[in-house]
Amino acid sequence: MMREHQLVIIGAGPAGLAAALEAEKAGIEDIVLLERDEYLGGILQQCIHNGFGLDYFGEELTGPEYAERFIDDVRESSVKIRLKTMVLNISSDKKIIAINEEEGMIFLKAQAIILAMGCRERTREAIKIPGTRPAGILTAGTAQRFINIEGYLPGKEVVILGSGDIGLIMARRMALEGAKVKGVLEIMPYSSGLVRNKVQCLDDFGIPLKLQHTVDYIYGKQRLEAVDLIQVDDNFNRLPETRERIECDTLLLSVGLIPENELSRDMGLKLAPGSGGPLVNELRETEIPGVYACGNVLQVHDLVDYVSEEAEVAARGAANFIRDSLKKREKEIIIEPGSGINFVIPHKISYQDESRKLIRHFLRVDEPRENIKIVIRDEAGSRIASFGREIVTPGEMETVKLPETLISEGTDRLNFSIEAEGVEENGKQ
Amino acid sequence: MENNDINENTIVCVNCPRGCRVRVQSQNGEITNITGYQCDLGIDYAKEEFKNPTRILPTTVRVKGGELELVPVKTARPIPKSRIGEAMRELAGVKVQAPVKRGEVVVEDIAGTGIEVVATRSIALSQDQDNTGKKKETS
Ligand SMILES: Cc1cc2nc3c(=O)[nH]c(=O)nc-3n(C[C@H](O)[C@H](O)[C@H](O)COP(=O)(O)OP(=O)(O)OC[C@H]3O[C@@H](n4cnc5c(N)ncnc54)[C@H](O)[C@@H]3O)c2cc1C
Ligand code: SF4
Repeated sequence: MMREHQLVIIGAGPAGLAAALEAEKAGIEDIVLLERDEYLGGILQQCIHNGFGLDYFGEELTGPEYAERFIDDVRESSVKIRLKTMVLNISSDKKIIAINEEEGMIFLKAQAIILAMGCRERTREAIKIPGTRPAGILTAGTAQRFINIEGYLPGKEVVILGSGDIGLIMARRMALEGAKVKGVLEIMPYSSGLVRNKVQCLDDFGIPLKLQHTVDYIYGKQRLEAVDLIQVDDNFNRLPETRERIECDTLLLSVGLIPENELSRDMGLKLAPGSGGPLVNELRETEIPGVYACGNVLQVHDLVDYVSEEAEVAARGAANFIRDSLKKREKEIIIEPGSGINFVIPHKISYQDESRKLIRHFLRVDEPRENIKIVIRDEAGSRIASFGREIVTPGEMETVKLPETLISEGTDRLNFSIEAEGVEENGKQ
Repeated sequence: MENNDINENTIVCVNCPRGCRVRVQSQNGEITNITGYQCDLGIDYAKEEFKNPTRILPTTVRVKGGELELVPVKTARPIPKSRIGEAMRELAGVKVQAPVKRGEVVVEDIAGTGIEVVATRSIALSQDQDNTGKKKETS
């Protein structure tokens, strides 16, 4: 039997939760939220550290606290929640196949769909370290779940590969629980983690951060016994004379996150290079009208506050789609990442909306820089806005709000790039 | 630090991605000079971090009879960095009874700091446990 609903949301992490609440607020009455896990909140439930919510709530919360504020509201709302329900397939005509213990296969048809499946971690295969394949090698996020939710420590002597925030947070967590963290290795000449995490997760515990280092070899039959560290030069060439063996029983990998887009791909959505998620317009609508994407499935966020905000944008888009109250622009505007920028979200601007004054864009720069400007130019190369920044790093998502009034009628292309400070400005935020 | 030598500590300011290495010079524990910052936030941060570095401690404690084995907790306010080890040892022995409500006080005074430890997630009673506290085999 095929059940029909106005809006179906896939994934109940912070993106799915915020989207459900905002859609209800926008007047949608028939909302279904599908989650494969046995609880709501997504990855936030294992991120027990503080540092969430400063932007959205104006106070510093832990992951579970941030999640629970939304969970409480969703439980009070008319949103129909289905836990332990895994979505297996979505078709381009918005039919959904899911499975759960009680009902077996279930079939849904939706007027609009919001994809909020989050991301997953890159695994060892993705980076191909030579050596044996013993137990004791796991991703930092898996270790985080073991320690913070299931309650056991996956090892005693640890090396961490990757110095993004998750790697840094896990270094502290393992150290607090009594493990010896022998070092955090980073192949780049800088850490992509927040300065605060470097200080409070590594320096506080005397854990060394080895920049321009990686794991060269893995030893151990059943269980991991040791790894070889090696230094790399500026061109990532390994320097054999720097090889050093370190005994350890655990190697945590924190080498990046990939948006979880199997379902999106199967429904025929193209994935954008750079962000790794579907191509979207400013409402977070994908190439399939009425299908939206937000949160880590669209682009890997480092601030959950932006996830909530993005989900709300998608939910308002979906609500307007369901009510059929959207007006297309005559010409779509393509957003191009230019020099110094890896990607910009949204990828295009499709709708005309007199009520909005600003269109918020999220972007990632390709390397750390100081005293620069984020410059937006139109197809003729004229500068239409520029935003000064004292410092930008790839580890921290940048955001700029482009005033709608600056976009002229006939524009069909906007280029975002990083330029050196010095030229006069007109759109400083 | 009984002698009159001038000490220099480097404190990395965490207030923005610049991460200035602020140098704090001191004599007999009193700050005599601060350099290396690029804005005033760095001065305040370095002073505080020099005199009394504190941290919020997020961790977990065991739960009895809950839907999950653990409840995440945090210190309600930052505690002195030097007490973190002791706080972790105390919390290792704590076990709370489900149900747990977010914000519930789990320990009233952690490691002699006078600061509370509170739950950061609500944990419901386990639905599927028998009276031995063990999980029933779910069919
Ligand atoms: C390890 C880690 C540490 C982080 N630390 C911080 C931090 O310190 N501060 C901060 O601000 N941000 C942090 N973040 C970022 C922030 O937590 C994420 O950006 C945010 O959780 C993303 O929300 P989401 O809803 O997009 O994804 P998720 O939270 O991952 O939620 C996705 C949900 O979708 C469900 N799902 C996926 N596929 C299916 C399917 N087929 N069927 C049904 N359900 C499905 C999943 O079970 C999950 O519940 C961290 C992220 C990670 C991964
Ligand atoms: S001193 Fe100012 S500029 Fe330097 S890291 Fe701190 S906040 Fe940033």
